[in-house]
Amino acid sequence: MSEEKKSYLTEESDGVLKVRTCAWSPPGDHPVGCGVCLYVKDGKVVKVEGDPTHPISQGRLCPRCLALDEVMYHPDRIKHPMKRARKDRGKNTWEEITWDEAYDILEHKIREIWDKYGAETIFTLTGTGRESTLYAPVYGPAVMNTPNGASTYAFSGEACYGPRATITNYLLGAGYPEMDYAQYFPDRYDDPRYEIPKYVLVWGKDPLYSSPDSFFGHSLIDLKKRGTRFIVIDPRLTWLASRADFHLQLRPGTDAAVGMGLLRVIIEEDLYDHAFVEKWCHGFDELREAVKDWTPERVQEITWVDPEVLVGAARAFATNVPSSALWGVALDQAKASTQAGMCFLDLLALTGNLDRPGGVTLGKPTSFIGQWRYDMMNVLDPEMAAKHIVDPTGKYELFNTGAAMGGVQGDTLLNYLEQKLPEFKEVPYKLRMCWMIGTNPLACMADQPQRWYKAMLPLDFIVANEIFMTPTTMALCDLVLPLSTFAEHDGLVTPHFGRNQHFIGAMNKAVEPLDTKSNLEILIDMGRRMRPEIWEKMASPEDFFRDKLKEVYDWDYDELRGEVCRQHDYEYYKYETGGLRDDGEPGFQTLTGKVELYSMLLPVFGEQGTPYYEEPEYSQASKPELAEEFPLVYTTGGRNISMFHSEHRQIPSMRAMHPDPLATINPVDAEKYGIKEGDWVAVESPLGRAIQKASINEQVCPNLVHIEHAWWFPEQDGEAPNLYGVWDANANNLIPHESVGLTGYGAPYKNGMCKIYKVDTPKG
Amino acid sequence: MKYGMLIDYGNCTNCGTCEIACRKEHGIPLDEWGIKVNEIGPKKLAGTWEWDYVPVPSSLCNLCAERLAKGKLPACQHHCLAKVIEVLPLEEMPARMRAIGSKVTCYLP
Repeated sequence: MSEEKKSYLTEESDGVLKVRTCAWSPPGDHPVGCGVCLYVKDGKVVKVEGDPTHPISQGRLCPRCLALDEVMYHPDRIKHPMKRARKDRGKNTWEEITWDEAYDILEHKIREIWDKYGAETIFTLTGTGRESTLYAPVYGPAVMNTPNGASTYAFSGEACYGPRATITNYLLGAGYPEMDYAQYFPDRYDDPRYEIPKYVLVWGKDPLYSSPDSFFGHSLIDLKKRGTRFIVIDPRLTWLASRADFHLQLRPGTDAAVGMGLLRVIIEEDLYDHAFVEKWCHGFDELREAVKDWTPERVQEITWVDPEVLVGAARAFATNVPSSALWGVALDQAKASTQAGMCFLDLLALTGNLDRPGGVTLGKPTSFIGQWRYDMMNVLDPEMAAKHIVDPTGKYELFNTGAAMGGVQGDTLLNYLEQKLPEFKEVPYKLRMCWMIGTNPLACMADQPQRWYKAMLPLDFIVANEIFMTPTTMALCDLVLPLSTFAEHDGLVTPHFGRNQHFIGAMNKAVEPLDTKSNLEILIDMGRRMRPEIWEKMASPEDFFRDKLKEVYDWDYDELRGEVCRQHDYEYYKYETGGLRDDGEPGFQTLTGKVELYSMLLPVFGEQGTPYYEEPEYSQASKPELAEEFPLVYTTGGRNISMFHSEHRQIPSMRAMHPDPLATINPVDAEKYGIKEGDWVAVESPLGRAIQKASINEQVCPNLVHIEHAWWFPEQDGEAPNLYGVWDANANNLIPHESVGLTGYGAPYKNGMCKIYKVDTPKG
Repeated sequence: MKYGMLIDYGNCTNCGTCEIACRKEHGIPLDEWGIKVNEIGPKKLAGTWEWDYVPVPSSLCNLCAERLAKGKLPACQHHCLAKVIEVLPLEEMPARMRAIGSKVTCYLP
């Protein structure tokens, strides 16, 4: 091994130290874990460069990592713990305090609430795939003894990742099915075990700009140069779609109908992998029956997709093995997420592309650190655990008892806080306190954000871990604990949160964290104060990393730090060798031991065992009485690379790349409604509106409008009621509350009906 | 040796990395640029989508002569997510352009 690979520290000239590390967050990102070299002088990061030795990113970086210094040394960064009187919520009357005082306040509050109301009256909220997702689920049970924590989001239908992870548990009994981009092999695409996928089906995902979940998006370009071709299912003409052999430009929210159409072609034209289906799939006849009426013409009627394109895509995918596929958050962000997810997995199974070279990789559903998280979530005594908030009418039983991620269902939580529905009028206890860990729901996740705001305001105490003041902290918090960036603390990077993990990365601290701490440090500090019996053996993050690595690997934390990124090995065809099941038997970890094209368990929760189609609740077909006033269809949330959800709006070079929220409108509709490029335009659903700047082009088809998500304006007045302009451009104003799937998963963040009109200012 | 900058613009995704990597490397202010990505399209030409992003280096670009001298890649090339930028000796340029085959250009900034 070369010297460079043994140490993560190198002395450069002029007193500059080069520190090799794996990126995660803060600032925000998913656990892609790109290799980064941080150049440090006089205790400050003076330059960021991609690490060419990293097997996945290979020196490449996206703009956000290159602008890390602008985040770390931003004048508005929260540098010390801050408190504010409860009566001053919404006012900029923050006062700097010490960590001791902050922890004292927090401990006092938690104990007071324990004594007066009970631990169950505390809940936690967390956000999307940041480093905090490894630790946030533990805060509730293992620090505050409450059952209302775990992975709880102010988010209708937990409409990101949870739906995909859960349906995969049910149909495959596996961890996240990720495209095979040779991520497990040191020599990548040249490894003799690997095959280049002939096609990649990219469904509801724009990974070039989002690097979602853990996928290095530009691997698609690596493969394109090696001959891979593309099938894209997306309402928008994405750049990749413009280069695809087949672009299925569907009406947002109709993914399941498109999926059934594809499955029908493959089954009826006898293009499926008979050997795989016969040996490893359960319920083929039921699936065939479920999709038999979904002719290309019927699919077009519902989804707008051209029948020729649909049939061509199905044939190309089925007859070119190996082919791979990616599924995105768009499948989660529709009421019928479960059905769309089933179609995606069924397509991979019927074509024999599961767990084979150039297909889709599979891991076990259990994960590294997952066991610890699970154990820590089970430190509640049964009486306390039974106080977990669920819908009183018994809805969402699958979410509440059989889900991949746990937590309180987001729609149930808002209903519980609001107490407006008859069945929620008499709840057994009122919620009193919230701890937010890595989330800015008023700007980003919360459906009907003003309702969430009003529902949260009465709480006795709200605390958040953050790096900047956000609309949410300004509106609601009494205490803010400042977080260190990934350059300022040690950590581990676990792609796919351990559930199909191609490497483990070391996040190596490069500079001192000033007066800030990591989510794990705060967890351990407060854990030792509140429930020392659980935390006595863990004094520091380093203890934790050493312990956890020792349980799984035969090498230690120091070796990982030195190497920075250690790839795991991969074995294909594990369903033949027993590698997918806990008992070591061949097959899949499901009830039948096979891929369940007909799910045995979904009917137990009242759901159908095969896919079906349900029209979105808010569409011209479902609500003809509103069709005249709201003639257009909207979709939301296409990513831009310089911003991670609601982050980066105050980072100069990132904001310069994308200064305004953009509403994309087809030239035909722009003409029809008298809208010109750069006009401020209101996009309004029956529930609310967002004002964004018109961008007129053919990235959307006629009748479709795309608006961006998670916008707020740090340059505006932060005090209530303006709250950094968070209500003005907010896509979630349009999104209905509780228009979710029967399972409790899936909400229409990406589809609905709307009208558009020009307004004079960004405030309307 | 005289160098040039090859751009495989058929694969440029407009990630913007080259613009910021260059700016950080050379301390170029936000209202100026060392390289800029230009958008052409999307528009259907004869029934097929035409949508290209074409990075163009400015007169501030010196092809990262200091980095090249140290054996490092130019900042834009080092970080480019789609690996579409290559700074090469001019004599190697024709062969490399032929190998890429289409939608490729070369600059002498």
